[in-house]
Amino acid sequence: MQWHDASIALVGGMLIGAASAWLLLALGRIAGVSGILGGLLPASAGDAGWRLAFLAGLLVVGAAAGWLVPHMVGDSPRPVGVVALAGLLVGVGTRLASGCTSGHGVCGIARGSVRSIAATATFMATGVLAATGARLLGGGS
Amino acid sequence: MRAASRKLQLTAAFVAGGLFGIGLLLSGMTMPHKVIGFLDVAGRWDPTLAFVMAGALAVYALAYRLAVRRPAPWLGERFDVPARRRPDGRLWLGAAIFGLGWGLAGYCPGPGIVAAGSLAGDAAWFVASMIAGSFLTAKLLGTRPATTAAPSRALGREPVP
Repeated sequence: MQWHDASIALVGGMLIGAASAWLLLALGRIAGVSGILGGLLPASAGDAGWRLAFLAGLLVVGAAAGWLVPHMVGDSPRPVGVVALAGLLVGVGTRLASGCTSGHGVCGIARGSVRSIAATATFMATGVLAATGARLLGGGS
Repeated sequence: MRAASRKLQLTAAFVAGGLFGIGLLLSGMTMPHKVIGFLDVAGRWDPTLAFVMAGALAVYALAYRLAVRRPAPWLGERFDVPARRRPDGRLWLGAAIFGLGWGLAGYCPGPGIVAAGSLAGDAAWFVASMIAGSFLTAKLLGTRPATTAAPSRALGREPVP
């Protein structure tokens, strides 16, 4: 990684922070993607619209990227069965922990939430275990 | 939500999602090998994710300080933020399980959804099973109120019980 990449990553991160800040200041909501999605499963009355609109924003950007800059959206290096299992773990885990990388890792830590700091330290640690373990077991990458 | 400004609220949420997605793209987080490269510390380490988090945290921390001083959000009635509680077993266990899935595939929910929108490889499988996992967990164990209706002036000042 070079300084050029690092500064782009920093700017991208700041944009993520700005988007989350906008959601907080405009709508008073926490930009936690798992929570925004989870609130639709099942949805409560009158609360679904903004969630769907936020997720639509993510999907539209994804669709545009797939068309215009396909090299910027990559496939997982793992086989499809592992990716599906990973999705299941992410769904179960984020529901139990009430948050993911965005809700806990960005919004929660920035708010100084003890729960979010605990959650982030934990998912970073098990993330290291899983990523290292998958490489050692020859799951690709 | 007030009906009068509903269109505005939906637009604001769509813009937030779009900007969030562009941020993820720009920072390389929609490429799972970069996330795996960060987490696989014993391999060829890729520090990108640390820069992304630093940038996001700096901006959001500033915005939060602004929000704390406001009586209400611009387009809403109140700030919906999680209650201050101590970490519990459910949080530790959930975060541990989430991390395993994150490190395995290199997707967390946001980048997974963006990648699924781009029709990249197996991302749709990731999102489908993530939705199933979240839904089933809520069905089996019940949902927790994600947020409290704390008076906005008390944002971030609720005591830890």
